[in-house]
Amino acid sequence: MGYKGKFKVWRGDASGGDLKDFEVEINEGEVVLDIIHRLQATQAPDMACRWNCKAGKCGSCSAEINGKPRLMCMTRMSTFEQDETVTVTPLRTFPVIKDLVTDVGFNYAKAREVKSFTPPKDLLPGEYRMQQIDVERSQEFRKCIECYLCQNTCHAVRDHEENKDNFSGPRYLMRVAELDMHPLDTADRKNSAQEEHGLGFCNITKCCTEVCPEHIRITDNALIPMKERVVDRKYDPLVWLGNKIRRRTSSDA
Amino acid sequence: MTDNTENTENAVGTKSTEPVERHSYDVVVIGAGGAGLRAAIEARHAGKRVAVISKSLFGKAHTVMAEGGAAAAMGNVNPKDNWQVHFRDTMRGGKFLNHFRMAELHAKEAPDRIWELETWGALFDRTKEGKISQRNFGGHEYPRLAHVGDRTGLELIRTLQQRVVALQQEDKASTGDYEANLRVFAETTIVRLLKDASGRIAGAVGYYRETGQFVVFEAPAVIMATGGIGRSYTVTSNSWEYTGDGHALALLAGAALVNMEFVQFHPTGMVWPPSVKGILVTESVRGDGGVLRNSEGKRFMFDYVPDVFRKQYAETEEEADRWYDDQENNRRPPELLPRDEVARSINSEVKAGRGTPNGGVFLDVSTRLPAEEIRRRLPSMYHQFKELADVDITAQPMEVGPTCHYVMGGIEVDPDTQGTVVPGLYAAGECSGGMHGSNRLGGNSLSDLLVFGRRAGLHAAEYIDGLGTAGKPAVAAADVDAALEEALAPLANADGENPYTLHHELQVTMNTLVGIIRKPEEVSEALTKLEEFKPRRTKVGAAGGRRFNPGWHVALDLRNMLIVSECVAKAALEREESRGGHTRDDHPAMSSKWRQINLICSLNEDGSGIDLKHQPIPTIRPDLLGLFEVSELQKYFTDEELTVLGDSAEPVAEAKPAGEAKPAAEPEVKSEPATESKAEAKSEPEAKPEAKTEPAPIPGQSNGEKAADTAADKVAEKSTEKSATAEAEEQTAQAEAEAQTEDAETAAEEK
Amino acid sequence: MATDTIAPGPEAPAPLSPARAQIEQKTLRTDRWWLSPLLTMLVLVAFIFYATFRAFQNADYYTGNLISPFYSPCIATKCVPGSSLGGFKPFGDWWSISPALLILIFPLGFRMTCYYYRKAYYRAFWQSPPACAVAEPHGKYTGERRFPLILNNSHRYFFYAGLIFNTILSWDAILAFRNPAGQWGHMSVGTLVLIANAVLLWVYSLSCHSCRHIMGGKLKHFSKHPLRYKGWTLVSKLNHKHMLFAWVSLFGVALTDAYVALVANGTFSNPTFF
Ligand SMILES: Cc1cc2nc3c(=O)[nH]c(=O)nc-3n(C[C@H](O)[C@H](O)[C@H](O)COP(=O)(O)OP(=O)(O)OC[C@H]3O[C@@H](n4cnc5c(N)ncnc54)[C@H](O)[C@@H]3O)c2cc1C
Ligand code: SF4
Ligand code: SF4
Ligand code: FES
Ligand code: FES
Repeated sequence: MGYKGKFKVWRGDASGGDLKDFEVEINEGEVVLDIIHRLQATQAPDMACRWNCKAGKCGSCSAEINGKPRLMCMTRMSTFEQDETVTVTPLRTFPVIKDLVTDVGFNYAKAREVKSFTPPKDLLPGEYRMQQIDVERSQEFRKCIECYLCQNTCHAVRDHEENKDNFSGPRYLMRVAELDMHPLDTADRKNSAQEEHGLGFCNITKCCTEVCPEHIRITDNALIPMKERVVDRKYDPLVWLGNKIRRRTSSDA
Repeated sequence: MTDNTENTENAVGTKSTEPVERHSYDVVVIGAGGAGLRAAIEARHAGKRVAVISKSLFGKAHTVMAEGGAAAAMGNVNPKDNWQVHFRDTMRGGKFLNHFRMAELHAKEAPDRIWELETWGALFDRTKEGKISQRNFGGHEYPRLAHVGDRTGLELIRTLQQRVVALQQEDKASTGDYEANLRVFAETTIVRLLKDASGRIAGAVGYYRETGQFVVFEAPAVIMATGGIGRSYTVTSNSWEYTGDGHALALLAGAALVNMEFVQFHPTGMVWPPSVKGILVTESVRGDGGVLRNSEGKRFMFDYVPDVFRKQYAETEEEADRWYDDQENNRRPPELLPRDEVARSINSEVKAGRGTPNGGVFLDVSTRLPAEEIRRRLPSMYHQFKELADVDITAQPMEVGPTCHYVMGGIEVDPDTQGTVVPGLYAAGECSGGMHGSNRLGGNSLSDLLVFGRRAGLHAAEYIDGLGTAGKPAVAAADVDAALEEALAPLANADGENPYTLHHELQVTMNTLVGIIRKPEEVSEALTKLEEFKPRRTKVGAAGGRRFNPGWHVALDLRNMLIVSECVAKAALEREESRGGHTRDDHPAMSSKWRQINLICSLNEDGSGIDLKHQPIPTIRPDLLGLFEVSELQKYFTDEELTVLGDSAEPVAEAKPAGEAKPAAEPEVKSEPATESKAEAKSEPEAKPEAKTEPAPIPGQSNGEKAADTAADKVAEKSTEKSATAEAEEQTAQAEAEAQTEDAETAAEEK
Repeated sequence: MATDTIAPGPEAPAPLSPARAQIEQKTLRTDRWWLSPLLTMLVLVAFIFYATFRAFQNADYYTGNLISPFYSPCIATKCVPGSSLGGFKPFGDWWSISPALLILIFPLGFRMTCYYYRKAYYRAFWQSPPACAVAEPHGKYTGERRFPLILNNSHRYFFYAGLIFNTILSWDAILAFRNPAGQWGHMSVGTLVLIANAVLLWVYSLSCHSCRHIMGGKLKHFSKHPLRYKGWTLVSKLNHKHMLFAWVSLFGVALTDAYVALVANGTFSNPTFF
């Protein structure tokens, strides 16, 4: 049942590093994170990696496994051939701290730039009424465990460091969409989505969706709808005209 | 309030040559889980400068893993629910060892705390009327858990995290700096609390995991919110963070721990494959219809309903099944007994040879709900099993067994202020003790975090205001030096013992010798082993540098795990009864004598170990006792204790045979709310009965804190602002509920 | 697909932060990540060649009862007699090249601005990115924020136009219930082909992201608009398979045209049922 498997793990820090080879015991039912833990306990006690829940709930253990951005705790060893070398590297898009640990501060900075939830001023706690169908869209986005795999994979910043200033990345564009679809949010987020958070950088190539461990349909359900909302606001003369006329007669959204 | 971040050599003036970063705050909150964040938010609301410290990244604390929901008697699904019912359930679940005042505050304030989350952006699942939906859970009489699918903890922590961001945005707008008044220090581990010469809290010292550099926080108030202790066990649902740091740090700083023997083993953890053994299978699976079967296919829980619960639980499968649709006329399925009962039952089935091949039992929801419904209600369970065990829970049963999950014991706190015996030290959340008694009900933790997190933040702020001219406590340089020296020791000893090995041995020891069922000889053996581990601990070594070195981190955590394990083992050996999360093989029954005793751990004289002492449990206020039937109380209390009920006890007993429960129940129940509604109408918090009946303050509580207490009540009340009539309505509904569901049955049962 | 602004800069990769983990390989992926963009490219190129050839061919697009979707509606006076819709021919004899070129801009624009095709051609042609976690070979990237890619935001107008075309092509399918002599009440394999084509185009259009937005996606409160919520739910279901419909309908159009062409140039005769 158990076998000796071959691993390559990137070790190093900002000053440099490379892939180190390991031979390690692998047992039935194990995931990549188990193997990293075994390496820590037996061969490389100072090998750095993040993890918390080991159940795909906290989004700490993000790494790139055989080049694919994934959660280590949710990648089963049985998905590899026994003679296959498994390569584990840190997230590429963020500065590396040590081994598999990267500085994900970019994401916290971007999170802070999204204007927070803005409820109606006169609504008291306990009096909120929302229908299930009205909250469902945003609920999907709130499943996000902030593993930053999408942020790491999006080529707009992965391959273009210079875009980091002007692009919040899929996770936080989705946060904008979440609030824009929140039944009780009163802030206007269309202009800021485009102008501050860089929705226009997204070319809907769906890598964020492909890597999301929560299977959130980021592109289809958040980014594209948000793009359409931005079109309403900024690029569609008909909608603009319609709103002008309607605003005089009634008000509903 | 100037910027006081210094990164100079030895800003604290210690003798050590270590560069130490120094920060000064009003309140330092250790822990960024639900309790910590809620406390930080409250202290910041109160105008204090606050630092939140967390071992892991911001937003990844353990709270994120909570699945089922947060218990709050909002009565959205069943309008009969109210705080009294919740209080009763909590006390019953904890087998009356709970601090009654905490259980009371918790039951009363939980709904406000949940509603408040909505104003910060939380999106709970909804009822048809658009209110927050509530689900059934073990031990809760009515559907009570506010939830979002099976990822409630994520919603909770994300909402609090986003609230922190919202406050930071406010600060940015007014000061130009996001972190002016509220700053999160992620991936920072605290290794010691610091006190001033007079024994007041003065701050804390820790290190940045990223760099291995040390950092000192100077603060007159520190709030512990560090969660639990599960990493001392092999099979656990807890993460690496749960090394009992808060318990140990508080103990080392002179605080006491209460009832550490009570460790909750969640009945349903995964058992296969081995690498995921212990990972939690949420109780919602059972709340939503899942049933437990042994290898013979039998729903064995019917055989394990203890006497104290008999009348609330169904006796036949038919009745149990009807309950899901009609809870008025049927009793709940025994799968929803409190966790300790279910865990023990599973243990017994497996021991009796009726377990599954992998040493668990079957938990089946596939035959109970349509596949689509399972995927909708239990999405993360569906994924967890699919991805980790290759099991499709919509088609196959799961294999489950008990896993170490939660510690009921914790830092002893004042029930109203969350203050400890150390002035300036507060504790909230899982690391504090008392609230859950001997066993926590599912869903009561998330609400506990919010209720007492808020209280801790509020009272810490009041405490600081009360310091006035007396001045802020000062950090002693020597203490910092000592802490650094201790922390650096493993690095200086690179060839020492592998810390992972010692950790593993500790886990095995605790798991096998101080597990679900405790035998005195085994627990003694564990204590001997722990003594052996102590010297070994000081000799472990960590190879490699200081930057993000997990080996070093484990080496440092070992101290805390050993301290906590010793507390658990000592208390487990002492308590000669079985109650909740503590089951003694040689004393299988509950004892009313032991119910009167809290076991208190504190650091011994020379700091080499733990002293254990007995302390009488606070006497439950009669008006709260009156919420129960005497017949039920008799199962837990000695007769002398019940004499306080006086006359009212008689009519209850008498009225029942006549089948007229209502008049009997009413006078009792009424007495309290009557005063309360009056008080509320006048909005004079001082007149509140809860303020009148002072719970025995624990030593060291200053008057300033009591003033804070009333202020807290005031705030709490303002946010509820319920009309007196509404309150009265609740009362009647509650009395009726009792009449219908319980008294009638008891009458029949007791002939 | 007429732009090259994605990569105006030098082809050498821009400097990434030196603080990143230094890993030389452009990707460490071991699977065949290049297969999918390659296939996409081959199929699209094949389609473009075929479509260009057919559009310029200006022949074999009408059989008397079947019209090729490339040429419908035929709106030039030089169209084959009977092929134009209700005799609507605003373009006079001066339009001497293929009438297909007058109308193809609409279906072409619809697909070019389609959210799915955008993904497909960004990945397959511009390699931006070629596949997830595979470095793109461009020094600079500005996304869809500038001319001309910002024009992709006009998708909803092409969607509206697409609806008109779908209606016309559906009418063409009805007209296919005639025989080549123009008598009603007949049906042939060609009828089925045209019907299938129209259905696929409808499904493709209805599953469109803009359609989803217009149906209800733009609303904040579904509960206040139950009908539109129903519509949105339906469109969302179709939208889930938009990629599939995009491909199938593309093949559908090409095969329909090929069928009409083969019948029109007499390669075989359109089998009739009645
Ligand atoms: C799998 C699982 C499911 C659960 N489901 C439910 C449920 O459905 N309902 C319910 O009510 N309860 C549930 N619980 C229990 C509940 O989640 C926890 O008890 C609760 O989240 C604890 O919260 P806390 O704020 O006390 O601590 P935590 O959220 O655990 O946070 C502790 C914090 O302290 C920090 N910390 C610890 N030590 C140090 C140190 N030395 N220095 C600095 N920082 C430190 C950590 O980094 C962390 O940020 C569940 C628990 C688990 C494990
Ligand atoms: S779809 Fe947009 S946001 Fe997502 S990875 Fe692609 S470019 Fe980035
Ligand atoms: S959206 Fe998905 S991939 Fe992105 S951070 Fe959240 S969970 Fe991770
Ligand atoms: S450890 Fe939490 S997601 Fe992997
Ligand atoms: S998104 Fe593809 S057609 Fe509109």
